[in-house]
Amino acid sequence: MSTAQSRYRALTTHRLFWPVVVLVALVVANTVYRPGFLSVQVRDGHLYGSLIDILRLSAPLILVALGMTLVIATGGIDLSVGSLCAISGAVACLYISRQPDQNSMGGVLTALALGLAVALVLGAWNGVLVAVIGIQPIIATLILMVAGRGLAQLITEGQILTINSSPYKAIGVGHLLTLPLAIFIALAAALLIAAVTRRTALGLIVESVGGNARASRLAGIRSARITFLVYVISAACAAVAGFMMTANVSSADGNAAGLWVELDAILAVVIGGTSLAGGRFSLGGTILGALLIQTLTTTVYAMNISPQTSLLFKAVVVIAVCLIQAPGFRARFTRRRRVPAPAAAGADETRKEQVPA
Amino acid sequence: MTTTSLSPGRTWARLPRRHVPVLVTLALLLVLYGVGVSQYRAFSNVQVVFNVFIDNGFLLVVAVGMTFVILTGGIDLSVGSVVAMTAMVSAFLLREGWPAALVLVVALLIGPTLGFLMGCVIHFFDIQPFIVTLAGMFFARGMCTFISDSSIPITDGFWTTMSQQRIGDPSGTFVSISVLIAFAVVAVAAYVLAYTRLGRNVYAVGGNAQSALLMGLPVGRTRIAVYTISGLCAAVGGILLSFYTLSGAPLIAVGMELDVIAAVVIGGTVLTGGAGYVFGTVLGVLVLGVIQTLITFDGSLNSWWTKIVIGGLLFAFILLQRLIGIRYK
Repeated sequence: MSTAQSRYRALTTHRLFWPVVVLVALVVANTVYRPGFLSVQVRDGHLYGSLIDILRLSAPLILVALGMTLVIATGGIDLSVGSLCAISGAVACLYISRQPDQNSMGGVLTALALGLAVALVLGAWNGVLVAVIGIQPIIATLILMVAGRGLAQLITEGQILTINSSPYKAIGVGHLLTLPLAIFIALAAALLIAAVTRRTALGLIVESVGGNARASRLAGIRSARITFLVYVISAACAAVAGFMMTANVSSADGNAAGLWVELDAILAVVIGGTSLAGGRFSLGGTILGALLIQTLTTTVYAMNISPQTSLLFKAVVVIAVCLIQAPGFRARFTRRRRVPAPAAAGADETRKEQVPA
Repeated sequence: MTTTSLSPGRTWARLPRRHVPVLVTLALLLVLYGVGVSQYRAFSNVQVVFNVFIDNGFLLVVAVGMTFVILTGGIDLSVGSVVAMTAMVSAFLLREGWPAALVLVVALLIGPTLGFLMGCVIHFFDIQPFIVTLAGMFFARGMCTFISDSSIPITDGFWTTMSQQRIGDPSGTFVSISVLIAFAVVAVAAYVLAYTRLGRNVYAVGGNAQSALLMGLPVGRTRIAVYTISGLCAAVGGILLSFYTLSGAPLIAVGMELDVIAAVVIGGTVLTGGAGYVFGTVLGVLVLGVIQTLITFDGSLNSWWTKIVIGGLLFAFILLQRLIGIRYK
């Protein structure tokens, strides 16, 4: 095989190759459909444009997906993030709505601290269920996913809590250095998590727990403590995302806030090449996955298709990306083209995938 | 399989242990009903019990299908959307003037077809059931709004008859035809699981897929079959729901998959597969139904308490399964 061929092969078999191709295809399709798609304008000292919008709107999803990445890396899953978004947003909005001066910075900061604290407690609850009691993650977090919606509605008393607080609103729609503030918050969270996991041994430890919790405990890693920690981190990320979602619309709706964000987040993680079986993770891939999902949603809106019908497109993209990434599908595909399949690399992954969900 | 369950010393404790979750659910159901009867005079009316069945008939059918999937250790998130899609398609075709019998056949074919396709993807391409059925959920829900953005009423004669027909004493205690259909589905499912080759294969695959394969059991066929069955049950549930509401709405049964999974788990089926009964699922659905009825009777409690209580019950039952030592991952 010549070097050009092998380089091409290395490129196309890279796990992020197809997500990038789909993302680029979406952007190209948008540009063809709407030539102004790529243009970015400066208005009132802020940058405006479809691309900026996509970045701003994907910020909450990126945050939730980052936390989810760590949870999935340990072989778990966190279904409760959507409910946590709703609860933290509701707590913060409730506190602000009770303030005499909703614009006071101190009040808003206290509200954020309260919302975050509640989310951390609930994250710790998830962590205890999974790490200490040893309940299957999917079902342990299902509890809070169901009950959490009820709690959020309990906090808002079934109403949509509307607030009028400019500092709080800034989290969702404010600007910093011409760019939306939300982008910076998501970026900061991404850098923080990347630094903590990739600049220290933590990332490796998380992956080893995901690979085999018992073996890593025997190797001297406190597996239970790591498992507990990732659920708390996931809850914290969800809380910040919840602030953003409620700040975007200046109101807290226990029913609608963060609805189905857990599914989008899991999709983002999977599209980003993190295996649901655990044992490895890719933060960059997750961010790419989140951007892909948001671009898809925006594309569908821009083409005047009903928001619900966008689910149809999401289904097609999800199944396409997953199929292309699936070792089984690749093996079949390459066999049909009579190219010797890279069996050694594929077999390894297949064995891992057999862990029941 | 864990070695403890095979050791001879524990044999005496094994059989009752497997029944404990179901028995606890039964006890809980009786306690809940007892609380209702002691608190509210009207609760002791037999019709209250029948109403629980009438209101939850479709949930029961879907939960039975989900029991098959969970018994193999999988999960099917698409059921709620498939229910909605089936109701939507029937309403749409009836409005277009198709004969009722043909509509029934078409509507009942959609669910199993989608289930079969999802099962094939799960089995042949080794993709997690969670992701595949999630895509199925998005697809079915998208199809609903693709058909129509708003709800379509059903005025067909057959549908209205099925909806309004009361079996029993029409002025006193009665059930709807849907309830009878739901019972029939439960009976068939219980028979299939307990006495047929397919049913035993489902338990074997859920217990340990690798061992089942080594024993020469058709693991792939079983896996595809359970998703097809779940799709069929969701389709039947969708038809029952369209009898119940006499319309097809794009946003109906959102989040229903969670109620269904909760009912199956409360009914004592272990999420890693291999242990559980259809009877338990029936009890699980009844527990959810009685809780809803209690909250309706109370009047001062809001609907969100239902979710909180269901969450609490889920927790209690999972903890119980853990305590009595049924195998978990």
